[in-house]
Amino acid sequence: MYKYDEYDQSIVEARVEEFREQAERRLSGELSEDQFKPLRLMNGLYLQLHAYMLRIAIPYGTLSSRQMRMLAHIARKYDRDYGHFTTRQNLQYNWIKLEDAADILAELATVEMHAIQTSGNCIRNISSDQFAGAAADEVTDPRPWAELLRQWSTFHPEFTYLPRKFKIAVIASEEDRAAVKLHDIGLQIRRNEAGEVGFRVFVGGGMGRTPMIAPLIRDFLPKEDFLSYMEACLRVYNRYGRRDNMYKARIKILIHELGADEYRRQVEEEFLHVKTLGLDPPAGEFERIAAFFAPPAYETGLPDEIDLSDPDFASWVEQNVHAHKQPGHAIVTISLKPVGGIPGDASSAQMDLMADLAEQYSFDELRVTHAQNIVLPHVAKRDLHTIWKKLDAAGLATPNLDLVSDIIACPGLDYCSLANARSIPVAQKIAQRFASLDRQRDLGEVKLKISGCINACGHHHAGHIGILGVDRKGEENYQLSFGGSGAEDTSIAKIIGPGFSEDGVVDAVEKALETYRELRTEGERFLDTYRRVGLAPFKEAIYG
Amino acid sequence: MEFETVRIVTGNDLATGDVTWWTGRGWSRHIADAVDAGAEAEAVAAREEAARHVNVPYVIEAKATPDGPRPAHIKDRIRAYGPTVRPDLSIAPADEGAAERVL
Repeated sequence: MYKYDEYDQSIVEARVEEFREQAERRLSGELSEDQFKPLRLMNGLYLQLHAYMLRIAIPYGTLSSRQMRMLAHIARKYDRDYGHFTTRQNLQYNWIKLEDAADILAELATVEMHAIQTSGNCIRNISSDQFAGAAADEVTDPRPWAELLRQWSTFHPEFTYLPRKFKIAVIASEEDRAAVKLHDIGLQIRRNEAGEVGFRVFVGGGMGRTPMIAPLIRDFLPKEDFLSYMEACLRVYNRYGRRDNMYKARIKILIHELGADEYRRQVEEEFLHVKTLGLDPPAGEFERIAAFFAPPAYETGLPDEIDLSDPDFASWVEQNVHAHKQPGHAIVTISLKPVGGIPGDASSAQMDLMADLAEQYSFDELRVTHAQNIVLPHVAKRDLHTIWKKLDAAGLATPNLDLVSDIIACPGLDYCSLANARSIPVAQKIAQRFASLDRQRDLGEVKLKISGCINACGHHHAGHIGILGVDRKGEENYQLSFGGSGAEDTSIAKIIGPGFSEDGVVDAVEKALETYRELRTEGERFLDTYRRVGLAPFKEAIYG
Repeated sequence: MEFETVRIVTGNDLATGDVTWWTGRGWSRHIADAVDAGAEAEAVAAREEAARHVNVPYVIEAKATPDGPRPAHIKDRIRAYGPTVRPDLSIAPADEGAAERVL
């Protein structure tokens, strides 16, 4: 994992003290809320329905055990004993007091964490593949590049006041576990025919009220030009992105209006200028960063066989354990989606347990996934049963990864001041309706995603089944959509028809999945069947 | 039964962020203490915000039920009660039926 150098540490500590003074000025009345709001948002502090909410950055979703324990400690000491892992691989606390906020940031700084750029019209936390460094199918570990982006984008003076927020994701596999084409910039590291490492650059994707799939802007960007090209992409956006209408201010709108070809032309022109500025780091600096992400000291000669005689353990292994590139090892995904639970929530005790397991069995590393689960990336297969037993005792061994109850849900109207409807109760009811694991496994992979408003924090546009909560004359109403995907076959879900009540949408999901069971052919997922047969049979089953 | 519509003032405590309700003399965490501020509601909000007694206050409509004001919009009912999915964290954790009455 990357370790802060003296510059990283000093700028984070300086920001804490700056914010401490700003908060004190607000509490004393020297600053009005209008004056203070942009300052607190620069430090991830929102005012939500019930209290202040603090969003902590988890760069590319990677955490050490020490950092996870700090998150647990803060939840216990300053919040209400739990935290919420988000779809941007971050963590949110829902019950923060303004008078505690600077102390919390100071505690975070002691473990190289902060809340900088988790809000505002700037480059947000860089996201990545939760299996980075462990996946059998990756070209290279994408995290050194994500870290380079983090350093480049932190307090970047030119990009502090962009037209709108800006999200970047980096992967290095053909399988897309980070929804790169639904980001402002999505980067896929790959090799060209000469075997050189470079980037496929997608720009202008996103969800929100106007979902768009990012067009390909550069098919192969040499790694030596990486930061210069990123700078050029941002400069063109910063110069021409709309600032008159926040709903049309994201880069996806600019590229849609300009056309991908014209945007590309402008970026290439700008790039020729930026390249003369010497922005790209020397190879030695990148190697310094990359060294922090060197593979851990795996034990060799470990067996690949796993004793699956315990059927519950076998179910968990089949569903929540993935292949690792190192023989004798595996990747474990810890589901934060127990049936009836709140997607993404973890108690302080659960966070401590996950930290302990990471320290003991996963080279001190954890990952947060955009699907609101936690990963132990480097586990020896011989330890899987022990880990499973400990997780099971803490309610963390639900074997439902990528099944219908592994639901992404935003906080919705239970917590969020932007929401129009509650998301969590719908997720809970669907999970309870499909509580039978046999039934879930029979239905196979179903990515169900729920947002409580059009801002789409619950990624409903990318759901095989998407649910959007809306306010219809003061009542919660839920629109159902089918056919989305955030994977390498990216697609935007389409609304199927009139909306439903809370219970009605649960019934509709069940009818859709029963229709899928009747229509599917061998090996087809729900998404595949929907794409093959179209909406009509599903609509008939749901609306009669 | 049709209840009278009243105008009540709500906001968040500046230091703690807690949801608060204007009682006519000060601020309470309990909506049952809220009073009808009528035509003065906006003036109350402005005055109290200027005095730093409350953060981001605003005026809502509510029905004057025998149990106290019931906000017209579900968002404010959830603010008054707490997250419906965590009754243990609500303003009335011992009241098992409270979450249902929010809806």
